[in-house]
Amino acid sequence: MPATFLRTQMPDSDCIASQLDISGVVQGVGFRPFLFALAARHKISGEVSNTAFGVRARVEGSPASLTRFVEAITAHPPMLARVDGVQTTSVPVTGASGFKIIASRTGSSRATLISPDVCVCNDCLKEMENPEDRRFRYPFINCTNCGPRFTIIEDIPYDRPQTAMKQFAMCPDCQAEYDNPADRRFHAQPNACPVCGPQVFLTDSKGQTIAGPDTAIHQAGRLLARGKILAVKGLGGFHLAVDAGDDAAVLRLRRRKHRPHKPFALMARSGSAVSAFADVSKEELQLLTGFNRPIVLLRKKGSDAQMELSRKIAPLNPCLGVMLPYTPLHYLLLDAGPKVLVMTSGNRPGEPLSIDNQDALDAFSHIADYFLLHNRDIYFRADDSIVRVQAGQTRFIRRSRGYAPLPIPLSEDLPFVLGCGAGMKNTLCLTRKNQAFLSQHIGDLENRKTCDFYVQTLDHFKTILDITPEIVAHDLHPGYMSTRFAKDHFAEQIPRVAVQHHHAHAVSCMVENDLDEPVVAIVLDGTGYGTDGHIWGGEILVATRKSFVRKAHLRYLPMPGGDQAVLAPWRMAAALLYTAFGRNFLDLDLPFIHDMDPCHLDFVCQMMEKKVNTPQTSSCGRLCDAVSSLLGIRHKISYDSQAAMELEAVGTTKDFAPDPASYACELRSPDPAADGVEWIIDVIPGIREIVADICARVPVQQISQRFHQTLVHGFFQAAHRITAAHRVDKVVLSGGVFNNDLIFNAMMGSLKQGGLSVYTHSRVPPGDGGIALGQAAVAGALSKD
Amino acid sequence: MNAEKNNTILLDHGAGGKASHALFSEMILPLFSNEYLAMGDDGAVYSVPAGKMAFSTDSYVVDPIFFNGGNIGDLAVNGTVNDIAMCGAIPLYISVGLIIEEGLPINDFQEIITSMATAADRAGVKIVTGDTKVVPRGKADKIFINTSGVGMIPEGVNVSGSRALPGDKIILSGTMADHGIAILTAREGLTFDGDLKTDSAPLNHMVKTMLSSGCEVHVLRDPTRGGVGTTLNEIASQSGVGMTLFEKDLPIKKPVNGVCELLGFDPLYIANEGKLLAIVPEKQASKVLDLIKADTFGKNAAIIGEVTDQRPGKVFLETAIGGQRLVDMLTGEQLPRIC
Ligand SMILES: [Fe+3]
Ligand SMILES: [Mg+2]
Ligand SMILES: [Zn+2]
Ligand SMILES: [Zn+2]
Repeated sequence: MPATFLRTQMPDSDCIASQLDISGVVQGVGFRPFLFALAARHKISGEVSNTAFGVRARVEGSPASLTRFVEAITAHPPMLARVDGVQTTSVPVTGASGFKIIASRTGSSRATLISPDVCVCNDCLKEMENPEDRRFRYPFINCTNCGPRFTIIEDIPYDRPQTAMKQFAMCPDCQAEYDNPADRRFHAQPNACPVCGPQVFLTDSKGQTIAGPDTAIHQAGRLLARGKILAVKGLGGFHLAVDAGDDAAVLRLRRRKHRPHKPFALMARSGSAVSAFADVSKEELQLLTGFNRPIVLLRKKGSDAQMELSRKIAPLNPCLGVMLPYTPLHYLLLDAGPKVLVMTSGNRPGEPLSIDNQDALDAFSHIADYFLLHNRDIYFRADDSIVRVQAGQTRFIRRSRGYAPLPIPLSEDLPFVLGCGAGMKNTLCLTRKNQAFLSQHIGDLENRKTCDFYVQTLDHFKTILDITPEIVAHDLHPGYMSTRFAKDHFAEQIPRVAVQHHHAHAVSCMVENDLDEPVVAIVLDGTGYGTDGHIWGGEILVATRKSFVRKAHLRYLPMPGGDQAVLAPWRMAAALLYTAFGRNFLDLDLPFIHDMDPCHLDFVCQMMEKKVNTPQTSSCGRLCDAVSSLLGIRHKISYDSQAAMELEAVGTTKDFAPDPASYACELRSPDPAADGVEWIIDVIPGIREIVADICARVPVQQISQRFHQTLVHGFFQAAHRITAAHRVDKVVLSGGVFNNDLIFNAMMGSLKQGGLSVYTHSRVPPGDGGIALGQAAVAGALSKD
Repeated sequence: MNAEKNNTILLDHGAGGKASHALFSEMILPLFSNEYLAMGDDGAVYSVPAGKMAFSTDSYVVDPIFFNGGNIGDLAVNGTVNDIAMCGAIPLYISVGLIIEEGLPINDFQEIITSMATAADRAGVKIVTGDTKVVPRGKADKIFINTSGVGMIPEGVNVSGSRALPGDKIILSGTMADHGIAILTAREGLTFDGDLKTDSAPLNHMVKTMLSSGCEVHVLRDPTRGGVGTTLNEIASQSGVGMTLFEKDLPIKKPVNGVCELLGFDPLYIANEGKLLAIVPEKQASKVLDLIKADTFGKNAAIIGEVTDQRPGKVFLETAIGGQRLVDMLTGEQLPRIC
């Protein structure tokens, strides 16, 4: 028989073959088993493997089934996957049968994305609670749909030898699951069981083991119930845990951690457990239960006095930061101990989270009574993310675990740019093509260990993204560690771009809203170095991605003592009164004056008169601080933004009817005229009214409300004139002050009523955690010239 | 002559004529009197033993010229005496160059040079050559002083900013920031309860005791301009080592600390005039500390930190609540950074 005849008789004569290159978050999310199952359904043969680009499949089948196969990939990818693109190339038909998953190949380019860490899934939870299951109460249960990712990955492609699981050889049962394409644990890299996987154990404060895997969690729960402080090794680092219902225990933790007031985060078993002590909206519940499991800021139900939890968790704060358990270990611990736990980050003040057992034992031996440890390493620390719902939208206060390292899409391809970030609350940002990779929260770079973490994070991101920065963008502030880093760590020939702090804030908001035309940016912030050498922070800019003009700002106030004025808001109150009344303010009959040491007030006046270490500032944060102290709310802070937050809290007291009034605020032209500035927003006349109100014993709640409205009113008036004069109708809001609900909501309301389109943050924080993105985008845009 | 002319320094006083001669022979010579100066030659001629000699110079333009605890005169003598001592040398002879603004009250001048003579006596050095110039009003600010000096280095002594070794201890001979705060508050006219006084003092006797004790001293440096923080940064880069300081061990007077806090200044960056930093092997640290403490000017000395092999060129401060903060080289003014 002629050979040609045979061939034409083959049933698969209309077979075609394609190579599919799938990019996006496609590794470590069950993508290959998904393709395996999909191939079976559509009668496709071939093979699939992870590459450094993403996933590559060679597939053969009828043209129709291949089309359906490719469509299904983008239409219904696995829960945790994100398909950014499927590139199809025709290849010769080989007549292969079956569908194989083959070992990974490492390529030269690394376009694949690492998934963030994912909370334990419901299937795994059910198994963990089932006494018949071989993973009954196993605190490291996971599958391809859940478990650790970013925090345990050393390098890509994402395969077990490149993760913290490499030291655990799978037992035959686990291996069988891992090898079986039909299993939920097929190629689940962290797959483990009590026989072969990581184990938990409990030690005393000296590191002596007092309970092994069988009883450690149970005993830990009992110790918590007895008011003990436990250091708990989690997913992205350690927590310090204590019973949230136990006042004495919470206070003990405050004392030992040197943290007198800053709110503690809580962990509760379920959404319904949370509703017992906090108001939870539908959007908030969605955030709480989402697989990224952030800390969600929720309003306390009733007053502190009515709360069953300790009143020391978030004193003078209307909100509680709450998260649901995200590792199996958390679930087991909550089942064994108190139903609501304080779970505050396990770090020394200013330092990054501890991730290593020995390091934690050293760091917390004087804080924690016991340590709940395990032997799975954390390669990359990730703090809990903090989010809230404002005007129905998600707002990030801290974007970290569960979100990093997912990229933020850009409207155009950029060169490889590094945004070095701000000084404190630092994150860094790397761009690759049309994606910006904002790192997890890094922290205060003045601290040595945080600085090391910064360098480590940069190296890690460079490795997993396979890029070398071609342009380095940094803040204009010469004293930021990130600025110094930019100058010290890159060769001369790499272009460096200094980006003004508030321009970076504005552009970060433009990027996430895909705006590439001139906008009016209202940036209300704490501290940022200005182009005139003064400290900015209450600004209206007309900005593009490349440049900006400062059109309006708050009247400059003296900032006696520089950084000391941030830590001690009473200095700002003195500066405010001095500006409003001159030295005569010392004779005012105000509670503030009586609270203060007269020598200190006098000295600060001398500093202002003689201009000794007294920079000028237009910061909105400092103005809020000043009013907080003036009203007797907070004279010295023990955590960032405390005075302003407590001023806001006073103004949002539930049992106080909103007061729509506001104080006088003057808009005037600068004298002498300065660099394009058109308006000075001067609240000093309003401060004189506040002083009169204090003397007339108007309740602080009312003064606080009126003050916030004054600020919003002043900025709205200026913004309105600027939008009209410059024919711009898009307004972006950025800067840390927009975490303040009173200001945010009133500003949104006014601007919308004024017919303007308002753009806000929903992907990155409005505060300094978003700066790196703005820096990178500015430098990227400038590079196109 | 009117009263003012009689009582102030005039241009004539520096012109080389009669008035100059009078100024020198009637005011300066009696105070600084020694055989070398008395020779009246163009320079001093003296014999020196064989060995290594240290030579140092510094100019003093401090404002104000009088301050609590001293004046520009003793500061100028102590400064150069200390710089020579920090080379591991015994200071012997110094020169004095005076640049005076016309109109300086004679009494002020008298007081300044008297202090210089007293300071030289106290340090045991001789002012062996000098020069006086008077410049018109506005061309200088009251008085500028340059001092230079020489000293002999005892055999076997080898101190240098490049000799700090990992494991060494860092000793500070007393409280920080006294001088800088005294000057700053005086200059700005800031008034405050509490006695803020310069620490200007000669340290050569303290150094001599240390060096003749047989203890090995790797580095000596006086943390003047830029303070302890800047000086240690210089040594760290010179030696290619890291350093860790302990906040709880840093000596500082309470009122000085209070004023620093009010001003928002970090005492680590405030100038000292009568303090030294000694970097010594760990084994000998407590002995050297005792020797320093036995000196009049070293009563508050303390071991403030140690040299490490971590992060060469960087100095860290371990804070009282734990955690390490970078003590950076001071560059320009400190601008607010906290957000
Ligand atoms: Fe900012
Ligand atoms: Mg000197
Ligand atoms: Zn699962
Ligand atoms: Zn197993």
